[in-house]
Amino acid sequence: MSSETNAQHQPGYEPQPEDEAHGSFRGYMTGFGLSVILTAIPFWLVMSGALGDNQLTGFVVMGFAVVQIVVHMIYFLHMNGRVEGGWTLLALVFTVIVVVITLAGSLWVMYHLNTNMMPVHDMRQMP
Amino acid sequence: MTDASVATSPIFGKLSLAAFPIHEPILVATFAVVVLGGAAVVGALTYYRLWGWLWRDWLTSVDHKKIGIMYMILGLVMLLRGFADAVMMRIQQAIAFNGSEGYLNAHHYDQLFTVHGVIMIFFVAMPLVTGLMNYVVPLQIGARDVSFPFLNNFSFWMTTAGAVLVMISLFVGEFARTGWLAYPPLSGISYSPEVGVDYYIWALQIAGVGTTLSGINLICTIVKMRCPGMSLMKMPVFTWTSLCTNVLIVATFPVLTAVLALLTLDRYVGTNFFTNDFGGNPMMYVNLIWIWGHPEVYILILPAFGIFSEVVSTFSGKRLFGYTSMVYATVVITILSYLVWLHHFFTMGSGASVNSFFGITTMIISIPTGAKIFNWLFTMYRGRIRFELPMMWTIAFMLTFVIGGMTGVLLAVPPADFVLHNSLFLVAHFHNVIIGGVLYGLFAGMIYWWPKAFGFRLHPLLGHFSFWFWTLGFLFAFMPLYVLGLMGVTRRMRVFDDPSLQIWFIIAGFGAFLILLGIVSFIAQIAYSIWKRDELRDLTGDPWDGRTLEWATSSPPPAYNFAFTPVVHDNDAWTDMKRRGYVRPVDGFKPIHMPKNTPTGLVLAGISVALGFALIWHIWWLAAVSFAAILVVAIAHSFNYHRDFHIPAEEVVAAENARTRLLAGSGA
Amino acid sequence: MASTMTVPQGGEAPVFYLKDEHPHPEGHSTPLGFWLYLMSDCLIFAILFAIYGVLGANYAAGPAPKDLFDLNLVALNTAMLLFSSITFGFAMLEMAKGKVAATQGWLAVTGLFGLAFLAIELYEFHHLISLGATPQRSAFLSSFFVLVGTHGLHVAFGLVWLTVLMTQLARHGLIAANRRRLLCLSMFWHFLDVIWIGVFTFVYLMGMLR
Repeated sequence: MSSETNAQHQPGYEPQPEDEAHGSFRGYMTGFGLSVILTAIPFWLVMSGALGDNQLTGFVVMGFAVVQIVVHMIYFLHMNGRVEGGWTLLALVFTVIVVVITLAGSLWVMYHLNTNMMPVHDMRQMP
Repeated sequence: MTDASVATSPIFGKLSLAAFPIHEPILVATFAVVVLGGAAVVGALTYYRLWGWLWRDWLTSVDHKKIGIMYMILGLVMLLRGFADAVMMRIQQAIAFNGSEGYLNAHHYDQLFTVHGVIMIFFVAMPLVTGLMNYVVPLQIGARDVSFPFLNNFSFWMTTAGAVLVMISLFVGEFARTGWLAYPPLSGISYSPEVGVDYYIWALQIAGVGTTLSGINLICTIVKMRCPGMSLMKMPVFTWTSLCTNVLIVATFPVLTAVLALLTLDRYVGTNFFTNDFGGNPMMYVNLIWIWGHPEVYILILPAFGIFSEVVSTFSGKRLFGYTSMVYATVVITILSYLVWLHHFFTMGSGASVNSFFGITTMIISIPTGAKIFNWLFTMYRGRIRFELPMMWTIAFMLTFVIGGMTGVLLAVPPADFVLHNSLFLVAHFHNVIIGGVLYGLFAGMIYWWPKAFGFRLHPLLGHFSFWFWTLGFLFAFMPLYVLGLMGVTRRMRVFDDPSLQIWFIIAGFGAFLILLGIVSFIAQIAYSIWKRDELRDLTGDPWDGRTLEWATSSPPPAYNFAFTPVVHDNDAWTDMKRRGYVRPVDGFKPIHMPKNTPTGLVLAGISVALGFALIWHIWWLAAVSFAAILVVAIAHSFNYHRDFHIPAEEVVAAENARTRLLAGSGA
Repeated sequence: MASTMTVPQGGEAPVFYLKDEHPHPEGHSTPLGFWLYLMSDCLIFAILFAIYGVLGANYAAGPAPKDLFDLNLVALNTAMLLFSSITFGFAMLEMAKGKVAATQGWLAVTGLFGLAFLAIELYEFHHLISLGATPQRSAFLSSFFVLVGTHGLHVAFGLVWLTVLMTQLARHGLIAANRRRLLCLSMFWHFLDVIWIGVFTFVYLMGMLR
């Protein structure tokens, strides 16, 4: 683990948390510019229906959201492997895994429940 | 109890005289006992002029050791309550045959099995586990306190506040009658219009705040406060399992919070998350709550695994076998515990693909657990085993837990689960792992670390009694339930028709009686040991020839734990220090930077009880006032910038010199 | 333990303790601790997203997203939150330079954008409820109101915190404790932004596509 060295800091060497976590003007502006673009395109896609196909638009929009979340993480939340000896990144990765398990698992489980336990009755086939 | 149709008063909400169970002789008698007991305690505190001491040294303390001990007291007190409920259920089930209704009405009995589960998990197992982690982890990593000492105090009081609400429900109104997870639609407003479920919700929400915060606190402590030299792979195994447990706490308790909040909205606002109509889906609640519920099982068992690891290696006089594999097994269990939740409701009907996935993941999780068992066995192999009490509990655990684990794997097979779901087989299985795993671990841990916390050992004789009563009692109480479960008896039954089943319930009731003797012996052991504490005194601080850092300081440790921050070179740091000629420093002490005590946590938790009570009884003005009060107190606390002080060097010198004299006097 | 007190004859003695105080400056765990809190909060939102994902199409013969959502309003709202994010960033940059007044100024701007966001959201809720699309109407609306409302509650809490922190800045200036608190609040604020990306994509945009 990247933090193995963390505990071996010599006395006097303890980086102040503020030192690494402010970002720069450039960084904030880059992040802002990117997120404006990444917000505007999906809104435009949905509002204009430019892609035609709803399902395709859905996937594209989700893709933009994922990219934008990463942008925010990097430029606004200053996420990287160095802050706190990598523990914040590790916590984030773990959380993402748990969130994905929770979301995907719930959708999968409940979808199967609905298809198996609540079949749609076609009234025309009733005797 | 309370009639839902009673109009709510603007002052008292739904609360009326009818909420007080004066017609239930059992409850009235209990109330009398509680009042008398409480009066005795208050009287004693006043007579011996202990209020100031209690307030300064304990209630407002931010010392992790004192908070740990308070957690243990909370857990043990609640154990008595939860066990009393268990005995009542056992008696009811043993006599309700041949047309007899037993002695409990359905209303009371349904509350009993609910409150027994809730108390045992949330207010016994959790406080005991958290208490041990709180006490031991900072000592094991050579720290002076946890990362956020005030938060620690606050967490403890929030947990206590939840317990207080559950206890209030005994005498004001009622508790839920839904089973310990309060599945809707039964727990929804249409089927449970009374306040029982509201007690359940708010008690768990308030306690949940405490649990989550203490989880964050301990993770930070372990990550940031380890002494120099203690890299991750040099941490004691108990610290490792504590880390994983707290990761699980932080990553699952929010799920419980969210799910209960949604249930609350269904009940209070009329939303349709878990209702039967308007598109709600009750099974979604079951799905979500088990996403919390299954990791919760590992939250409880992982620290117990850590305790067994410490105990086995200490009492075998050997380094733990397979340290690395132990750590990896723990981490693997941590992650896998998120992938098995559906095995709690195979019968829901998600179909073969879903059920087989979760069946297989469940079976896989038994592999790292099995690896741990072998590690402990190999640690004992060719060791010089001392059969002290903690070691006895550990061996009993290994034998018992393996049975529980195997029945768990049986239940992991979906077709078998369709037969055994919600049967007494399941009840026997989870008691087998929770008593045989968690509780035995906690007993081992309490007896193992008792001399560290109080400076004297527990007298072993009564401990042997307690051990044998518990072990035999457990077998008598739960093996019959396996049989009954295989015969198809479902759980939570109040009366039975088939008289041939009665003998099994009587055997189980006898088992509960043996466990009662076990609990009595344990309390007697503590009382007797306190009485004879001078004979049982341990001056060395290291009565078991321990291997980790907590044994390097005095017993009980000073407020600052270590006068000088230790430096670690080995997994078994203290063994290494003893072997390589560690000399205890006797001079050069400096002032030590420590956090100040504060009553804020206690105050906030107290207001939270009022808030919870107001919300339960729909006393809206009180809810608004107490919510505002919480905000004000919390904000006011944030304006306090002076939260620490230095223990002057003279005090450190005095404490350390006293210990030097003691060590010299004891011939060490 | 007798053995612990005996000094070995000869051989170099390893260092077993630090003579000097090991520095654990106050609050050195706070950023990590606060980040862990945010991660736990993230899970609360994950559950709300999950419930929206599962129940979000259960209209119970009531209104659907297409009948209710106004994407122009959502776009405006998103802009408010994005602006407030960048202005908080500017506040942090001023803080790093040690300029109290400029920090306070940008914080105030951030607060105003936050207020605007909340106002627009409240207007939207009010509008929906006046149409009869109440949280009680269907599981879709229950999950919509709770997911978006929980985010809104977080923003409201952030505004309270912002106000308190500005008072503390005015009193004590940019001392270490206040800088730490600002750092935490900025993480909180940007975190809410990230959640909002999920909300407008998953709830509004995808909802309109259904």
